[in-house]
Amino acid sequence: MSTATYTLPTAARPSSVRIFLTEIRYEVLRALRTRAFSLSAIGFPVMFYCLFGLLMNRNEDISAGVSVAKYLLGGYAVFGSLGAAIFGIGVGVALDRSAGWLELKQASPMPPLAYILSKCAMAVVFSLIIVSILTVLGITLGHVHLTVSEFAHIALFAAIGAIPFSCLGLAMAFLVPPASAGGIANMIYLPMSFLSGLWIPIRFLPHLLQTIAPIFPTYHLAQLMYGSLGAPMLGSTSSHWTGLLGFTLIMVGITWLAIRRSEQNS
Amino acid sequence: MSAVIDTTGPAASQIPAKPQSHETVASLHSITKRYANGVTALDGLSLNLRRGEIVALLGPNGAGKSTAVKLMMGLSSPTSGNVRIFNADPRETTTRLRTGVMLQVGRAPEMLRVREHITIFRGYYPNPMPYADIVKAAGLEGIEDRFFGELSGGQKQRVLFGIALAGDPDLIFLDEPTVGLDIEARRSMWSQIRSLAARGKTVLLTTHYLEEADALAHRIIVINKGKVVCEGTPAEVKSMGTSGNFSADGASSTAQHGLKIIRCITTLTAQHLLAMPGVTSSETSGSLTLITSTQPEATLCEMLALDQTLNSLEVQSPLLEDAFLALTSDRN
Repeated sequence: MSTATYTLPTAARPSSVRIFLTEIRYEVLRALRTRAFSLSAIGFPVMFYCLFGLLMNRNEDISAGVSVAKYLLGGYAVFGSLGAAIFGIGVGVALDRSAGWLELKQASPMPPLAYILSKCAMAVVFSLIIVSILTVLGITLGHVHLTVSEFAHIALFAAIGAIPFSCLGLAMAFLVPPASAGGIANMIYLPMSFLSGLWIPIRFLPHLLQTIAPIFPTYHLAQLMYGSLGAPMLGSTSSHWTGLLGFTLIMVGITWLAIRRSEQNS
Repeated sequence: MSAVIDTTGPAASQIPAKPQSHETVASLHSITKRYANGVTALDGLSLNLRRGEIVALLGPNGAGKSTAVKLMMGLSSPTSGNVRIFNADPRETTTRLRTGVMLQVGRAPEMLRVREHITIFRGYYPNPMPYADIVKAAGLEGIEDRFFGELSGGQKQRVLFGIALAGDPDLIFLDEPTVGLDIEARRSMWSQIRSLAARGKTVLLTTHYLEEADALAHRIIVINKGKVVCEGTPAEVKSMGTSGNFSADGASSTAQHGLKIIRCITTLTAQHLLAMPGVTSSETSGSLTLITSTQPEATLCEMLALDQTLNSLEVQSPLLEDAFLALTSDRN
C-alpha cells in the first residue's frame, strides 16, 4: 500500500498555489472569528473616525471642496491598516513563535512563504473592511461626497499600505520578546499615527515633527490618500511610493536578519 | 476463544514485537551542537533509527533531547557532524513530506476548528492519510467541529497527534505525546503508536514517563550532557543502570537479566551481604536494607538461613526509573 507512496512525493506534490489559498482562507477566517482582535482592529479606527471626523465636525473644509470628514477618512483608513497589521501580525506571529506553533509549521512541508503571505493577506482584507466601513459612515453621517474613482483609490492604497505595515509587524514579531509584543505594538501604533498626521493634519504639528514625519510609512501612505481625495499633498507622488518601498525593504531586511539570528540560536 | 486472548494478558501485549528491518531511516553522526551563548548541547552524539522501530529518547532536562530532535526535524543545524533523514537533508521539502511532527505546542490557532486544522495539514502532502482514519487514530470523534481554544489539554494533545499523522508519514517525531492525557487516552495513543510501527513506520519518542518508554519502545536511548549514556531494549537498560557497571556500547551481560532488588529489615551487615552469591550492592537506609542481586534465590536462601529475625521482605524487578537515575546521575 505504501510502497507506491514512497516513490511519488516529488511528482505528486500538492500545488503551492492551493496551499497558499488554503492558508490565506483559514487565516482570514481565524482572524475574523477572533473577536478580541477583529472588534478592536476594526472598532478603533471606526470609533476614532466617528468621534473626530463626524461628531466633532463643524462642516469645515480643509481645502476647497474637501471637508474635514473627507480628509480624515484618508487618515483613519491608514490608521486602520496599520492597526490590523501591527496587532494581527506583530503580536500574532510573536505569539505563534513563543507557543511553538511556528516551529511546528516550519517542520511541516508547508512553504514558509505561505505562512507569511497568509498573514499579509489577512491584513489586506482587514484594511479593505475598515476603509469600506469608514466610507459608508462618512457618506451617510458625514455628508462626504466621494466618487467611485476616489473610493477605488483609497481602497487600493489601504490594501497596498497593508504590505509595508505587515513587514513592520513581521520585523517586530521576530525582534521583540513575545510577552511584551502587545505593549510595543501600542508604542508604535499610537505615536506613529499621531506623528504622521493621521489625526491632525501634519501642518499643525511643530516644525521638528514635520521634518521627521517622512521616516514613517504611514506619512507617505496618508499623503497618497489625501492627494487622491483632492486635498493638497505634501511632496511628490513618486517620493511617497519610494518612501513606502524603501521602508518595506528595510523591514524585510530586518526580518531576514532577525530570523537568521534566531535560527543560529536554535 | 477468550481464554486464548487471556493468555497473552495485558503485560504481554505491552511488549512490542521487535522490528525485522535493519534499514536506517534517520541518523545523527557524531553531532556536536554548540549554541551562540557557548552552551554545548550535543557532544559527539550518534544515533540511528531503523525502519519500523519505536525508539524512546530519555534524558534529564537539558540533556540535549530536544536539540537532537530539532536537528532531525531540520529546524536547526549542527555545529559539526552529519544529519541524514531518508538519506537526505532534513530541510528538504521531499524529506519533510515523509515526516510527521508532534511538538509541545503551547497554543495553536484557537479559533480554527479541529476539522480545519487537520484539513490544513493534510493539504501539505501528496498522499495524506484519509481524514476519517486520522479522526479515528487520534480519537477526535465528537470534537471535530469544536474550536481548538475550547478543547481540554488532553483533547489538544490528540489534535496535535492527528496533525502529526496527517501526511501518513514514514517517520514520526513525538515530543512528550501523552502529557495531559488520562490513562485511557494514553493507552489508546500507545496502541496507535504500536500499530504505526507495525505498518513499518518509525517513531521517535521523547518522554518523561519512564513507564511509557518501558511499555512502548523497542529501544531506549538514554542521553545525558549531550552524549549517549547507553542504549538497548528496556530490559537491557534497566539491568545496566542497576548493575552499576554498564557499558556505553550496549553490551550488557546476560547474567544480569535476573537482577532483582531485595528489601528487608535484617541484622546482617553490608560486609556480610556483599560476600553472598550474586549480591552486587547493599545499602541501608533507616532500618531498611536494600540489596541488589543477580542470583536472588541463592541470596535469599542464605540470608534467611543466617538471620532468623529477617522481616518485611520484598523482592522486585528493577524499575526503569532506578536505572535512569543511576545512568544519568553525576557519578557516571
